[in-house]
Amino acid sequence: MSDEANKGLLSPLRRKLLMGMAAVPAITMLPRASFAQAPATSAVNTTGLAVTDTEVTVGILHSATGTMAISETGSIQAEKLAIEQINAAGGVLGRKIKFIQEDGASDWPTFAEKAKKLLVNDKVAAIMGCWTSASRKAVLPVVEQYNGMLYYPTFYEGLEQSKNVIYTGQEATQQILAGLNWIAKEKGAKSFFFIGSDYIWPRTSNKIARKHVENVLKGKVVGEEYYALGSTQFNSVINKIKLTKPDVIFTDVVGGSNVAFYKQLKAAGVDLAKQPLLTISVTEDEIDGIGGENIAGAYACMKYFQSLDNPNNKAFVSAFKKMWGEKTVIGDVTQAAYLGPWLWKLTVEKAGSFDVDKIAAASPGVEFKGAPEGYVRVHENHHLWSKTRVGRAKLDGQFELIYETADLVEPDPFPKGYQ
Amino acid sequence: MFGDYSIGDLGSIFVMQGFAGLILFSVYVLMALGLAIIFGQMGVINMAHGEFMILGAYVTWMTSNLFQTYLPSLFSGYFFLAMILAFLASGALGMVVEWVLIRHLYKRPLDTLLATWGLSLMLQQAYRSVFGAREVGVELPQWMLGSLHVTDSIEVPINGVFVMGLTVLITISVAYVLYMSRWGRQVRAVVQNRVMAGAVGINTEKVDRFTFGLGCGIAGVAGSAFTMIGSTGPTSGQLYIVDTFLVVVFGGAASLLGTIASAFSISQTQSTLEFFMSGSMAKVLTLLAVVGILMLRPQGLFALKVRK
Repeated sequence: MSDEANKGLLSPLRRKLLMGMAAVPAITMLPRASFAQAPATSAVNTTGLAVTDTEVTVGILHSATGTMAISETGSIQAEKLAIEQINAAGGVLGRKIKFIQEDGASDWPTFAEKAKKLLVNDKVAAIMGCWTSASRKAVLPVVEQYNGMLYYPTFYEGLEQSKNVIYTGQEATQQILAGLNWIAKEKGAKSFFFIGSDYIWPRTSNKIARKHVENVLKGKVVGEEYYALGSTQFNSVINKIKLTKPDVIFTDVVGGSNVAFYKQLKAAGVDLAKQPLLTISVTEDEIDGIGGENIAGAYACMKYFQSLDNPNNKAFVSAFKKMWGEKTVIGDVTQAAYLGPWLWKLTVEKAGSFDVDKIAAASPGVEFKGAPEGYVRVHENHHLWSKTRVGRAKLDGQFELIYETADLVEPDPFPKGYQ
Repeated sequence: MFGDYSIGDLGSIFVMQGFAGLILFSVYVLMALGLAIIFGQMGVINMAHGEFMILGAYVTWMTSNLFQTYLPSLFSGYFFLAMILAFLASGALGMVVEWVLIRHLYKRPLDTLLATWGLSLMLQQAYRSVFGAREVGVELPQWMLGSLHVTDSIEVPINGVFVMGLTVLITISVAYVLYMSRWGRQVRAVVQNRVMAGAVGINTEKVDRFTFGLGCGIAGVAGSAFTMIGSTGPTSGQLYIVDTFLVVVFGGAASLLGTIASAFSISQTQSTLEFFMSGSMAKVLTLLAVVGILMLRPQGLFALKVRK
């Protein structure tokens, strides 16, 4: 039975009933069982969001074009998958999710403009979007001014918290500290060489890592180097690494530079099986470009790997591949983006409302048991409690899980003693 | 900073650092040659140079896939064929672009800048639509990976040596073509005096088209070679364009020798500075030095004396 047929039969009747202020019985008369419980729109939407009796609109705001498309494509795919699955399971408060996708085009002012368009013109109930910190910083004042709700998927440097944002990736201390502890213990590492791309995330992350290495692990940072975004020549720094012979190379190089760095590291004869390297910027997505043979043996510190062995993840991976093709890979951020629509749905249902203020208030404590990474819970500070994991890159471009924290790690976006 | 290291350590590091500088030098020459030909001989500022390089990289990627699927036994040699195909593909695209776009703009050099910039955006989006937004990994034959083990502490990257060899080969071929062959003489005649060259029977349009094609073709070979050291994605070309222009402008636009001298001085400065300070700082100082010298010598290191 097609939806069109339903609508054709019902809409004149529905309109009449609505005019008669009898929305609730009208909805319960809908023949689809799963939509039977839907509460009245006037009750769940007091702020004029794009919510009808049968539909609710959310926005997807990522770069589908420009430099960042390479990274953000996975997030878009994951969010669409989550929305499709939620709809198949009955939607949110009896309403199907409809999405409007806007392209941030890898340009930060465009992100802000499109966010404003989604909130002001389309009145979306939530935005799943942004990837780089720069785009988030551009969108933040907009979602705060127009009181929107943003679900942000990327692991990032922390030092931020907003009523209007839920951060579904890890903040820096969550991602880094457990990994450093592990490698210090496992490899007896005392000396570290830091190398990163030159912008806010690597610099903040390395600052945190340095404090942890020096104050907690009582080790030494023998080098800290930054290369401009897009640098393609790393031979000099690789020589420096060879000269200082660190126990661990700790990297947060991003983008195209990543590929150049690992290819040149391999070409310079650095054997990652013997020289431990811990990265916080390489996911399965990046390995696609780097090539498994160039990075095999490196350790990555993340909260999610595609190879995680649990029933949630198996279902997620197979659904993802079914929707987007056998060859697609799923990295940490893609999984975090998948959490966005689900957490929003759970929060809406907990709050019993689409209103942004109620969602913001209801978010802390929301649990998602079906997360591919395992159980997650939203913290008071709107970040997620999640486990930290260390994986070792294999030749086929996948990670082998080596270590995971026993408990969920508390998010701490303003870490004391690390600033 | 050297107090803690033995003489042997230092010696080998200086050797390796020397190699790092030479490799960077070869990379710069290879990037800049194609642009230098087009900019120097034709006065066209080709902002899409990086995209022609990436076309070469994608051709290499496709060739490697083809060989893996259909001719796995010949995989170890595919790279040479890939480079030839990259040259042909980028060169052909270059000639088409020249015919459709550039030839209408020869008297308006600033407009070529805008037009080729637009072309670069179009090509990027085309790559994104055809090959996908994600980067592709080009698999190399086993013998091209790793390093030559000279002593315990001196290791020379094989791909670096390969790029160096390729650069020497291509530079010599270009020099031969431009300065020894009949066609090269025609190109230089057109550069010196277009009207007179036409008057003595040189088909200047044809010369232009082939020059542009040659420049783009060399960009394609460079892109193919850089799959060994860098990334291959729709926007990867942008990573090279700034350095490329730097080398060409610093060298003096119309001179092959200038391009080589400029690539050498920039790469050595940068690679030495990178060793003593951080990467970003080294770049800043290199650029400052280049700006300073260009203020004193706006025509670049070597300038061709032409009657204007």
